[in-house]
Amino acid sequence: MSSEASSALAHQFDDLAQQSEAATLGMWVFLVTEVLFFGGLFLSYIVYRASYPEAFASGSHHLDVMLGAVNTAVLIGSSLTMALAVHAAQEGRRREVVLFLLGTLLLGGVFLGIKGIEYGHKFAQGLVPGPSFVFPAPHARQVQLFFALYFAMTGLHAAHMVIGIGVLSVLTVMAWRGHFSAVYYAPVEIAGLYWHFVDIVWIFLFPLLYLIGRH
Amino acid sequence: MSQHVILPQRLYFRVFAALLLLTFVTVAVAYIDLGPLNNLVALSIAVTKTVLVILYFMHVRYSSQLTWVFVGAGFFWLLLMIALTLSDVFSRGWLPLPQGWEAALGWVPFA
Amino acid sequence: MNSPVEAAVAVGTEDRGAELREHYLNVSYGVKSWLLTTDHKRIAWLYLVSISLFFFLGGAFAVLIRLELMTPQGDLVLAETYNKLFTMHGLIMIFFFLVPSIPAVLGNFLIPLMIGARDLAFPRLNLASWYIYTFGGLFTLGAVVAGGVDTGWTFYTPYSSTYANSHVILTALGVFITGFSSILTGLNFIVTIHTMRAPGLTWFRLPLFIWAHYATSLIMILGTPVLAIAILLVGVERLFRIGIFDPALGGDPLLFQHLFWFYSHPAVYIMVLPAMGVISEVITCFSRKRIFGYTFIAFSSIAIAVLGFLVWGHHMFVSSQSVYAGMIFSFLSMLVAIPSAVKVFNWTATLYKGAVSYHTPMLYALGFIGLFTIGGLTGLFLASLGLDVHVHDTYFVVAHFHYIMVGGAIMAYLGGLHFWWPKMTGRMYPEGWARLSALILFVGFNLTFFPQFVLGYLGMPRRYHVYPEEFQILNVMSTAGASILGVGYLIPMVYLVWSLRYGAIASANPWRATGLEWDTPSPPPTDNFSTTPIVTREAYAYSLQEAERVV
Repeated sequence: MSSEASSALAHQFDDLAQQSEAATLGMWVFLVTEVLFFGGLFLSYIVYRASYPEAFASGSHHLDVMLGAVNTAVLIGSSLTMALAVHAAQEGRRREVVLFLLGTLLLGGVFLGIKGIEYGHKFAQGLVPGPSFVFPAPHARQVQLFFALYFAMTGLHAAHMVIGIGVLSVLTVMAWRGHFSAVYYAPVEIAGLYWHFVDIVWIFLFPLLYLIGRH
Repeated sequence: MSQHVILPQRLYFRVFAALLLLTFVTVAVAYIDLGPLNNLVALSIAVTKTVLVILYFMHVRYSSQLTWVFVGAGFFWLLLMIALTLSDVFSRGWLPLPQGWEAALGWVPFA
Repeated sequence: MNSPVEAAVAVGTEDRGAELREHYLNVSYGVKSWLLTTDHKRIAWLYLVSISLFFFLGGAFAVLIRLELMTPQGDLVLAETYNKLFTMHGLIMIFFFLVPSIPAVLGNFLIPLMIGARDLAFPRLNLASWYIYTFGGLFTLGAVVAGGVDTGWTFYTPYSSTYANSHVILTALGVFITGFSSILTGLNFIVTIHTMRAPGLTWFRLPLFIWAHYATSLIMILGTPVLAIAILLVGVERLFRIGIFDPALGGDPLLFQHLFWFYSHPAVYIMVLPAMGVISEVITCFSRKRIFGYTFIAFSSIAIAVLGFLVWGHHMFVSSQSVYAGMIFSFLSMLVAIPSAVKVFNWTATLYKGAVSYHTPMLYALGFIGLFTIGGLTGLFLASLGLDVHVHDTYFVVAHFHYIMVGGAIMAYLGGLHFWWPKMTGRMYPEGWARLSALILFVGFNLTFFPQFVLGYLGMPRRYHVYPEEFQILNVMSTAGASILGVGYLIPMVYLVWSLRYGAIASANPWRATGLEWDTPSPPPTDNFSTTPIVTREAYAYSLQEAERVV
């Protein structure tokens, strides 16, 4: 075991294998709580969509499928670069870790940028729920419910992206300074798990929000 | 243990390609009228994409049984919550409202 | 000197050198060494102090409630004030005392010791949990100081999201933040129990306290996030008027109740499962017998955690939830009785023909079994759809859940605190005072809450500050009991603090109990064990023969 790896070993663990197992399991347990956290919103979505299908379809028609699809591709791309960063870390290739992490950060930023543009459109169109909500069509009240859920779900997802970008930024610096090696890369790995989870949330949000009743 | 398996790099690119393809398919299918099947297809594709990400990007395919248990538990509990709540939501309208309530409310909840 | 344990207490003097030896309490001094500690044992103390403060604050609200209810008229406080009193009593007692009580204090202190580890898996996360808890607590205290909140601890919509004129957002934030403390504690416990057990410590050699905490942690990580999102949506809806649960937009207030109770019913088991873990340890130690039906008790904890998630709809029987869903939930609720009864039967069987001695922890444990049984059985009444329609929102419900939470969880918490006090402090508590206060608590508790069963059955609704005159006698009894109960809580507060300085020096194992935590000195060194223990036996290797030999 190299000296840098042994300095990464916390006192409560016997060896790095135990430490990395604990870290990975800890992240999975955390992701289970995240599933249930978003789950409350998905449940709300199901209940209201089942109750007001027409309102949800007409609300959905006011979202931009093109931007949503592009964002899906961007996020999947960021998942790829993240997976490649972990892969490079496993093989101890420091330069590649940094590059792939930077790529992930860049794609994450693009996603948030596009999201911001979409939010801007909604503000301009008066589709933000609240006292100023306007929707000159039938089911206006229930369409407002759709948009409340749209903002709650995508907003919470975006918040997770921001946190992820923060974490990855720190890791990029650490990787650059040579904190990780082929025996010690657990932080990169568990940050990757988090990032993929955020991707999965979007994989569901995209069809559920953007693609209702398009035909 | 996940950290001991190093997958070939091309596998990640293949999964990425599959995910992109599925994204394209889900958008395309949304514009074809399949009736109630539209929802089913959209959800099946989302589930497939999720499984791909979990198995390969998140290495669960090569992980310990414990990881499988926790991943499974997360989704199982979500399904429990959804199923039991829907047992209420969908059966709420089975009993008719008492006479006069509809007129008094002016609308029918969850009709 | 007529019981084996007393004999052991008297001879347990081999560790007189505790004052000289370095241990986790004297390894460093000063406020900073406590506020920046990552030692699970010190973090347990941080929690002990903060939850005690919240307990006495919540208790103060209870005192005011009981004072108001001494007379049928609303002569002490206004109706609006009364609403705030019971809301803040519930909020503080549940989220800031009961949920963290046993896990965050005893669990934090004991889990690494019991499994032979040097610390929890994530010590810094553990400290962060306490800070998050404190931060959330400050929000709630802020809400109290600013004038309080009056929605009931359940935050039911649309009252909480649209109509209430009190500090809902501040309180909701407090609960939301504190929820993350609970999640992170549960996460830490799960990972620790999975990855950090000593060599030879297989799952079926684990103390039942560990099984109970594992089950509790599962509920914490699976349930708490749903409460978090529900509360967050209420806050957002109130702040921005976006109306997710607003019936005026077609929103469904019952959806909020589903989300809320998906956590808050299992939360009852967050409070009572660790209590059951404590009882399993105490009963077997003071019966000098192996626990009866180890495997059944272990799996019943998991069963309670799982089944506990399937029953939440019994809180909504009269909420306009579908009657068909009500039937399903009513049926499922009955199932939870099975693992609960399994535990009670196994504890009773452990007592049977044991060499039972009545030290303070045992008094609390026996009290727990009786009170929990009453609380649990009345729970079955309430889970019966037809009966619940009549006693819903009456004092019957209030009495029922206080039997579980106060008679169950708090009794076990105090019992556990006494049982492990020598380990935590290196000092014995005064046995005479402790037994007296356990007795006072038992009497005071029953006098407070038993009349409430009768009141509820007679039809007195909860959450009103006035009531018809014919209910006064029972209410006066209840208030009298509450004052006795209050004294019963204050006495341990005094003598436990006293014992920190003047208590008899405790040996490493004053109860001659089994379990790794007793193999290390009292108080333990910072790293818990000088060498990593190797476990070769099952838990609870007590033997009656040995007990008789000592006598």
